[in-house]
Amino acid sequence: MTDWIDIADLNDVPKRGARVVKTREGCVAIFRTGADEVFALDNACPHKQGPLAEGIVHGASVTCPLHNWVISLETGLVQGEDEGQVATYPARVEGGRILLDATFLRARAVA
Amino acid sequence: MTQNLIIIGAGMATGRAIEHLVETAPDAYNITLFNAEPRGNYNRIMLSPVLAGDKTYEEIVTHDDAWYAEHGVTCRFGERVAKIDRAAKTVTAANGDVLAYDKLMFGTGSNPFMIPLPGHDLEGVIAYRDLEDTEQMMAMGPDNKVVVIGGGLLGLEAAAGMAARGVDVTVVHIMGHLMERQLDEAAGYLLRKALIDKGITVKCSANSKEILGENGKVRALLLDDGTELPCDLLVMAVGIRPNVALAQEAGLAVGKGIHVDDQMITSDADVLAVGECVEHQGAIFGLVAPLYDQAKVAAQTLLGEEAAFVQKELSTKLKVTGCDLFSAGDFSDGEGREDIVFRDPARGVYRRLVVEDNALVGAVMYGDTADSNWFYGLIKDKTDIAEMRDTLIFGPAYQGGDTADPLSAVAALPRDAEICGCNGISKGQIEDAIAAGSTDLGAIKATTKASASCGTCTGLVEQVLAVTLGDDFVIPAAQSVCGCTEMTHEDVRRMIKSQKLTSMAAVMQECGWKTSCGCHVCRPALNFYLLADWPLEYQDDPQSRFINERKHANIQKDGTFSVVPRMWGGITNAKELRAIADAADKYNVPTVKVTGGQRIDLLGVKGEDLPAIWADLNAAGMVSGHAYSKGLRTVKTCVGTDHCRFGTQDSTGLGIKLEKALWGSWTPHKVKLAVSGCPRNCAEATCKDVGVICVDSGYEVSVGGAAGMDLKETEALAKAPTEQEAIDLTVAFVQLYRENAKYLDRPYKFIAKVGLNWVKERVVDDLDERAALIKRFELSQSIYRKDPWAEHVSEKADSYQPLANLMLEAAE
Ligand SMILES: Cc1cc2nc3c(=O)[nH]c(=O)nc-3n(C[C@H](O)[C@H](O)[C@H](O)COP(=O)(O)OP(=O)(O)OC[C@H]3O[C@@H](n4cnc5c(N)ncnc54)[C@H](O)[C@@H]3O)c2cc1C
Ligand code: SF4
Ligand code: FES
Repeated sequence: MTDWIDIADLNDVPKRGARVVKTREGCVAIFRTGADEVFALDNACPHKQGPLAEGIVHGASVTCPLHNWVISLETGLVQGEDEGQVATYPARVEGGRILLDATFLRARAVA
Repeated sequence: MTQNLIIIGAGMATGRAIEHLVETAPDAYNITLFNAEPRGNYNRIMLSPVLAGDKTYEEIVTHDDAWYAEHGVTCRFGERVAKIDRAAKTVTAANGDVLAYDKLMFGTGSNPFMIPLPGHDLEGVIAYRDLEDTEQMMAMGPDNKVVVIGGGLLGLEAAAGMAARGVDVTVVHIMGHLMERQLDEAAGYLLRKALIDKGITVKCSANSKEILGENGKVRALLLDDGTELPCDLLVMAVGIRPNVALAQEAGLAVGKGIHVDDQMITSDADVLAVGECVEHQGAIFGLVAPLYDQAKVAAQTLLGEEAAFVQKELSTKLKVTGCDLFSAGDFSDGEGREDIVFRDPARGVYRRLVVEDNALVGAVMYGDTADSNWFYGLIKDKTDIAEMRDTLIFGPAYQGGDTADPLSAVAALPRDAEICGCNGISKGQIEDAIAAGSTDLGAIKATTKASASCGTCTGLVEQVLAVTLGDDFVIPAAQSVCGCTEMTHEDVRRMIKSQKLTSMAAVMQECGWKTSCGCHVCRPALNFYLLADWPLEYQDDPQSRFINERKHANIQKDGTFSVVPRMWGGITNAKELRAIADAADKYNVPTVKVTGGQRIDLLGVKGEDLPAIWADLNAAGMVSGHAYSKGLRTVKTCVGTDHCRFGTQDSTGLGIKLEKALWGSWTPHKVKLAVSGCPRNCAEATCKDVGVICVDSGYEVSVGGAAGMDLKETEALAKAPTEQEAIDLTVAFVQLYRENAKYLDRPYKFIAKVGLNWVKERVVDDLDERAALIKRFELSQSIYRKDPWAEHVSEKADSYQPLANLMLEAAE
């Protein structure tokens, strides 16, 4: 069952940018692409925990600010030569608002 | 028995519905057609060709009096339906007539939305919806000025139609690019370019503030930046709202539009609705294709046939001659989606396809839309494209030869495009030299001087050779900026200057980028090149910057930041030190370090605390030290004549003046300066990007030192007799570096490429050029010499906080 919770206005996150949402188990990064899609991922790079929300967003990827690993926002998979995956969470936009799935966030707290 | 059908509105949708009815079952209904406009059905979308003078009104009438008479439709044109009584099943016309119905159909369309700006009710402020609006625009001519608010489909058709009549038209659009709902930035850029070529002035990211009038008539539009745009007519084309007032009064279920089910029946079983006035499964409509489907379904429903309306993917074209564009489906980056991009700068072509699960889900095209129907078909039918994926972008006629040509950007340049900036050599001159027998780089250099000076245009000269000579010339491999392009940094910089490319979308299109919006490698470089070359025209894009420059602090390995306030020339005082100490306490700063650049670094500050700590430091008179930027960092000084017994000049004073002149400027890489009061060189000036050594007779200015991965001593640039000249030489050098270096080359690398003599010729010997460099630097500084900390504290402090805090929710 999904339990969508309203997080913020889409415009609170810059185009090709990100902001974080605090949860008990650390931060989730909310990305907005140039085409106004939103994605939610753990705010920690699989390499050395770089804060992904601070990276450069291009297409549907983000480049980690610490050592330039490129991570797919859709799958959380590290692109190119490097390997690893970041957890992703259901997120969507409705009526200009960003929604996250609370069930997933709770599952994350339990895991 | 024949039933009475009353139709409200003779629009595009109801026109179709009536056709279906009379064709299928001419005797099923007695039809009475009301229309508020004093005429019957016409093809509303063709008002644009009427406006442009390509068609007459008579040519776009779809049903004339004879047709209505032949099919027994009772027409009540110019008459509005005023009231509906659903219990009695009657409608009341504006003149008071009461008519009974068995079935009622709404087709009331929509109302143009008028922004309630002050002055919106002045005479001469109109929308673009019907023949009356069109006629008012047609009355404009070469002596008139018109402003159109709204850079969407309607606004642009209105603008182009009037421009075709010689009217001086300005389009004011609030978003960053035109038709943003249908086009991406690249296509928006090409469209804008085409409209400008038609003589239309286009203002994007422009906010309207007030409509100014005189004697009750419109006089001008005032923008919020203070610009006044004089006009005789103001057309607002900013959107539509379903026309639901009558339905609402009649008590029908209404949301954004009149609620209908798949059979086009409203909340009342005897009342149907079609067209822009309806809302179906949460969606409302603004293009005719779905309305025609609705009309057919409504007719079938009225005849007791089974039918259901299904929403389909829509496509958009613009009815402006010479602006070939097409957009369909969904072209946002999404889950599992992939972009295929093709650009041909030579033909002004841009194509972008969005693929998901081996099916095409969206397409945007500009310049060559010949295949658009084929692509639209693939989208609608969800055809499996796995087999043709690699060549899909070339369209159905692909024969196997046509691939993206890396040379097409250079091929597209006009003959007068300047290739060599140093010697002012154009593409045409190089072509002529080739024709006259100079068929390699050396010969071109010898005969035209192109690329013979700083050498940064070498890549472009080689491409001109390759384009002209074809296979007879092989381009030596060069390092491109990144995987998004074939061009080198030098090529791109030259293109930006010579073709006056002032936006990222323009660069990506004209240089044939292979991606839709670049990557983390090219975007920061382009952002710098654009702001350095076009400080007034280009607006800095924080999202194309590395985090340090976006948040004006240095990210540390644990994700915290370091904060370094500026200390002009390394001078501080007790008040500043106290404020720094207080900030260190207040924000639990774990490490406080004295830096090599003579200032104090607060390390380990949390991202959320940045605006607060900056505000505290600002309050003590301190500003950002830009310790994070590819820009001016520090000017290190010694105490000089103030205190030292060896001092020859006021080295501290000069250092402070230099820092005040240069701070805030962005450069290809970081820039560090130092000023020493005598050759003992206590400020270590000879390993800086620019070092000044004071001597009894003046100032020795040297450049290109390094003390990083490479270690290098500066080389003498010139000796300046006065302090002012030392400052001028420094500023001119920094500007030359900003204008010509490759992104991420420190000055010593830049000098190694162009040669110190080339630098000296411009900065030292040619006094006019020196003055011009300084002037351009000052122009740029009029925008960038400011404290970003203070700006972020007052304007963006919120963006440093988490978007939301779910600590409690997550615990439930
Ligand atoms: C200039 C222009 C260009 C366009 N170009 C395109 C295009 O290229 N492609 C495309 O797909 N779409 C285009 N459109 C949009 C398209 O025209 C509309 O989607 C379509 O006309 C809507 O049809 P409709 O039947 O819902 O409403 P309309 O055609 O607007 O008809 C509604 C009618 O109802 C009448 N009415 C309203 N209330 C009452 C009342 N109470 N009593 C009696 N009558 C009433 C109105 O006077 C009006 O005549 C364009 C629109 C305009 C204005
Ligand atoms: S560089 Fe010369 S003037 Fe400056 S402190 Fe050293 S000795 Fe004194
Ligand atoms: S921590 Fe992300 S690339 Fe190293």
